[in-house]
Amino acid sequence: MAGEFGNPVVVEESVDILMIGGGMANCGAAFEIMQWAKGTKLKIKLVDKAAMDRSGAVAQGLSAINTYIGADQDPADYTRMVSNDLMGITRDDLAYDLGRHVDESVHLFEEWGLPIWKTDENGERFDGSKGMTPLKDGGKPVRSGKWQIMINGESYKWIVAEAAKKALGIENIEEHIFIVKLINDNNDPSRIAGAIGFSVREHKIVIYTAKAILLAAGGCVNIFRPRSVGEGTGRAWYPVWNAGSTYSMAAEAGAELTLMENRFVPTRFKDGYGPVGAWFLLFKAKATNAYGEVYMDRNKDLLNDYPPYGHAAVPAACLRNHLMLEEMKQGRGPIYMDTVTALANLRESMSPREVKNLESEAWEDFLDMCIGQCGIWVGENIEPQKKNSELMPTEPYLLGSHSGCCGIWTSGPTDLGAPTEETMDGVPDHLPSGWNWGYRGMTTVKGLFTAGDGVGASGHKFSSGSHAEGRIAAKAMVKYCLDNADFTPQLDTPVQELVDVIYQPVRTFLEHKDYTTAIDVNPHYITPKMLQFRLQKIMDEYVAGVATYYTTNAEMLKVAGEKLDMLKEDAIKMRAKDLHELLRAWENYHRILTAEAHMKHIEFRQESRYPGFYYRADKNFIDEENWHCFVNSIYDKTTGKWTCFKRAHIDLVDKSKLFK
Amino acid sequence: MPTFVRTEKCDGCKGQDKTACMYICPHDLMKLDRDGSDTGHAMKAYNQEPEQCWECYSCVKICPQNAIECRHYADVVPLGGSVQPLRGTDSIIWTIKFRNGNMKRFKFPIRTTAEGSINPYAGKPEADMSRIEEPGFFCQENGYRAGNPDELIKL
Repeated sequence: MAGEFGNPVVVEESVDILMIGGGMANCGAAFEIMQWAKGTKLKIKLVDKAAMDRSGAVAQGLSAINTYIGADQDPADYTRMVSNDLMGITRDDLAYDLGRHVDESVHLFEEWGLPIWKTDENGERFDGSKGMTPLKDGGKPVRSGKWQIMINGESYKWIVAEAAKKALGIENIEEHIFIVKLINDNNDPSRIAGAIGFSVREHKIVIYTAKAILLAAGGCVNIFRPRSVGEGTGRAWYPVWNAGSTYSMAAEAGAELTLMENRFVPTRFKDGYGPVGAWFLLFKAKATNAYGEVYMDRNKDLLNDYPPYGHAAVPAACLRNHLMLEEMKQGRGPIYMDTVTALANLRESMSPREVKNLESEAWEDFLDMCIGQCGIWVGENIEPQKKNSELMPTEPYLLGSHSGCCGIWTSGPTDLGAPTEETMDGVPDHLPSGWNWGYRGMTTVKGLFTAGDGVGASGHKFSSGSHAEGRIAAKAMVKYCLDNADFTPQLDTPVQELVDVIYQPVRTFLEHKDYTTAIDVNPHYITPKMLQFRLQKIMDEYVAGVATYYTTNAEMLKVAGEKLDMLKEDAIKMRAKDLHELLRAWENYHRILTAEAHMKHIEFRQESRYPGFYYRADKNFIDEENWHCFVNSIYDKTTGKWTCFKRAHIDLVDKSKLFK
Repeated sequence: MPTFVRTEKCDGCKGQDKTACMYICPHDLMKLDRDGSDTGHAMKAYNQEPEQCWECYSCVKICPQNAIECRHYADVVPLGGSVQPLRGTDSIIWTIKFRNGNMKRFKFPIRTTAEGSINPYAGKPEADMSRIEEPGFFCQENGYRAGNPDELIKL
């Protein structure tokens, strides 16, 4: 029987392993898992709210793979870099483990058909179509930085998804399914038992029971008011469809979150948010104030305020922002990327063939991953060799895979010397001690795994690292299911109750739509769009958005808390006039919880750990003595309250090498 | 730059139950207006929420009729430019037109293998179940970086 709007068909399905999200992490998991699961009879399914060929953060493509260790670098060096860029508080066990595995995935991408730029014996660079020696056999990549390599990556996701789909089998994949809530086990609330969601194409609600779930549904975009508020709202730096689903669903299921105070405020080409990495690192461009002064030189003394981090050979991304914001606040903007000088300098040192390619390399950098920036350039008649482009720090984003480290507290590897005890007081009793309490990649909820943007306290994994992290979790999930062969998951909530919650926005709409003559203005409901505007206004004005130059204080956070409480209450009055709006309604519900976690963590941490990303004006310093630690939290879905607490930070590799 | 659909070019993917653009859009933006009640153009697709468009061009690249283009964000970008791709199986060609009329064309490789040719487990070993709890994947691609054990200061 086909469902209809307001009366959906309910489909229940039992699997062993459910993979939520079809981005890089779960594509990696899909490839790895089927070989380990061979002969086990485990039933494995992947659901994606979009289409795997173009879902997740790599949907548009990429111009670089930002994590490739190479044979001549050590995972410990990578671990140090991650720590340094995230102000000293990351899990070395997670970063190191990723670092030793990640190149395996990059070598597969090349085998599958991803074109990777190469350098020949004379140091000249070539695009990835020339059939030069693969990386696996010692081919030399074009390094655009210590860890980054250049690719022709328009079809990066398409290629990786093809391998994942072939591995998993198309019969084990369902696209255009949006998962809304995880469900705990009836006999053990600290265990996962399933998930519920709906189709964005048919009037169908789906309920899966599962022994293990890999939740990898990206980071969180659009909780802060963006700098562009008309059509340009969509031009977020990170993909606009990343709605915080990973963090909010995990939190509601009882999983411990970590470092949710962390955020990423990338400095990017203004308005189009085109990438700057290749410009800084490959083309050697400098960023200047309006008068041509390099602010990293002019303001370098400001770095002395943040020892030891300010004295790293490469200051953290937030500190670089800090020096840039000083120029903007002092009225010395606009800030520019000096593309004209950079390209002129390069012409002097390059072969004629390379000079010829330079222009197309610069354009490809955008066309592969941020076509919108080319839109700005053509509209404003900007050719980078003739005219400099403005830079701007964006609105804040929450993520765990790029230059950010918020996410879920995740069980790490056991062979790297990670702690097995907790030395700080205040951790709720039911939570595990130490950094490896079970299966690799598992959260503090039994059977719930995560990867990519979901894993907190690491960062700088990017596309390749997320793929590798998904593979690491996939192995562990197979082991978990084999060890728990006798376990039969039982949902802790009756199916009808779950269905009613999921479909409430539709019922609200149908019940009240004729009360007013204008469909969008009605005292009985709020549209998902207006709810999102309200969230963005609160976060922007009180929780250190662009409106206040990323500044907040305890009093502002208190006001934000009151407003978010009422917003949460009103969220159950969201309407959905069609399936598209039902998708938006639940995405925005996820955004609210993620935003609330962010706010609570900033409130709890009595310092400004990430200057340039946010400032607590009332605690405008870094306090190494009291706050060189993780801030973690759990959420109680019945009371709607967060509990924040500290966990001790320990170095597993020596960090003193970072500092001058 | 929200995408838009050229009325005379879109054929609604010939009345199949899903259009290519609807299928591929990562943000559920493209919609087929079956009876014309939304747009006045029956059996043609449109972008139902242009202010949520990431400009990822997934719909532009996949449209079999080349009916989808972009008009850059009107609240940000001066009118008159365009950036239009033609995506083939191994390369993509970009035609770029500036507001002042200048033109550029670029061609980039996108793939070194035939589309659909990936055989993920061909030539790969079986997983060794005795090693499921150890680091490393089921197959080794010469990319595992064991690292210098002296760097691990807690061991």
